[in-house]
Amino acid sequence: MSGLSVRDLRVVFDGFVAVDGVDLDVPRGDVRFIIGPNGAGKTTMVDAITGLARATGRVTWGDHDLLGRKVHRIARLGVGRTFQTATVFEELTVLQNLDIAAGWSRGPLTLLRKRKAVPAEVENAMETVRLSAVRDRLAGTLAHGQKQWLEIGMLLVQNAELFLLDEPVAGMSHDERDATGELLGRLSENHTVVVIEHDMDFLRRFARTVTVMHAGRKLAEGSVAEVQANPKVQEVYLGHAVQEA
Amino acid sequence: MTLVLSQLFTGISIGAVLLLIALGLSLTFGQMGVINMAHGEFIMAGAYTVYVLQQVITGAGWSLLVALPVAFVVAGAMGVLLEFLLIRRLYARPLDTLLVTWGVSLILQQLARDVFGAPNVQTRAPELLTGSIRITDHLVISSSRVFILVLALTAVAALTIVLKTTPLGRRIRAVVQNRDLAAVSGLATARVDRLTFFIGSGLAGIAGVALTLIGPIGPTMGTNIIVNAFLVVVVGGIGQLQGTVIVAFVLGVLQSMVEYTTTVSVASVIVFIAIVAFLQWRPQGLFTLRTRSLA
Repeated sequence: MSGLSVRDLRVVFDGFVAVDGVDLDVPRGDVRFIIGPNGAGKTTMVDAITGLARATGRVTWGDHDLLGRKVHRIARLGVGRTFQTATVFEELTVLQNLDIAAGWSRGPLTLLRKRKAVPAEVENAMETVRLSAVRDRLAGTLAHGQKQWLEIGMLLVQNAELFLLDEPVAGMSHDERDATGELLGRLSENHTVVVIEHDMDFLRRFARTVTVMHAGRKLAEGSVAEVQANPKVQEVYLGHAVQEA
Repeated sequence: MTLVLSQLFTGISIGAVLLLIALGLSLTFGQMGVINMAHGEFIMAGAYTVYVLQQVITGAGWSLLVALPVAFVVAGAMGVLLEFLLIRRLYARPLDTLLVTWGVSLILQQLARDVFGAPNVQTRAPELLTGSIRITDHLVISSSRVFILVLALTAVAALTIVLKTTPLGRRIRAVVQNRDLAAVSGLATARVDRLTFFIGSGLAGIAGVALTLIGPIGPTMGTNIIVNAFLVVVVGGIGQLQGTVIVAFVLGVLQSMVEYTTTVSVASVIVFIAIVAFLQWRPQGLFTLRTRSLA
């Protein structure tokens, strides 16, 4: 099955072109990092793929067209995402957060019944993201890094195949970064992972391929070494040959 | 002493009525943030449900008992219809929602006038609820008031159980807390909205049934109570069920105590002034959501 394919994606907010005709291909099993300066359109692109932002062009995941579908329908096709600022249901416990993500397939009749046991996939996900010990704590009281892991755990239990992670190590300590990187490595064994990240050190260690975005367009694409050697990328990041203000 | 106790109970029963009329609103306004001015007319619909059922079912007790679930469904269905036809197109536009639902409320009032006539209609209270309970020689409380108190507390308990322990309640809370996250987690948020609105409006119907025991049923009954219902939710703290419960009883007792020393209208004025002063001091209401969020 083919992976994520984006063709001529355009997102316009009130006349401002946030994403300006981007083509992107992420094959199944890839660990793709998307980098670029602030305002490059990275998060907006993820918003468009997941249905949160209105866009034109074509986005497919496997055999399914994504654009124009409702947000929850896209999620149910196996496209999962996290948000920039560690977004979880703060007033619910860790277990309840995971239950929400795991429970979309449940019929209306079972909704009024309390479940007795924790399902195996929820238990496994908690183990994977190391949150078993805090399962009954309110998610709002977790440490920042734990919230980000909880987001990933929620994607695991909702059976996401494509993980779109928006700055998953922002604000994390060094140890937490390493643990997250190791988690990404394990995820990539049977998932496709797309990571938006600013942390270059993290990128060098865990990226397989890199896409560089700038001002709503794709600037470069390739392996970490190729992208680093690309003069256009150096220009955007280091400002060497920038003449216009 | 007896006097204080009897005023206290009067206050609690006023509070129970306030609680019943505000409970549904604490879901639709408090949780979802929808300013639904037609909520009062859903209460009216619940009251007329009793009237209509009593044309069919002659036993006053039975008709009241049957009216509770029927009114819940009738008012709930009206709520879902309103949500589906109008409100869902106006999310995040509170002023427009307010005006549109106010219009709907006027339409529903006129509809009630056309169908049932402008004068108030009468319902029969079941015999069991027409008497009063004598606690001491001087302390006598009416059984309909006790019934309303029990009904209000049962409704609060049921709503709390649904919200706190069932997966359905968890979904409602999830969508309220973060709509985007709920959607990307695979929840059909529009359906959860409709369900929330059904329950909130249905509770208005139940309140309407209770009101037939203590007051007139007429086309304008909704207008008379909607302001109080909003006040209770705002003072209690938006989205806080416990705040709604506490404030309903506190306002009820305050009203009854002040009423005893002055008159009904002066008491209303004093309660209003107290509310304004309170909101100056705590604009966010009695309770607020508190989390350790970095966002």
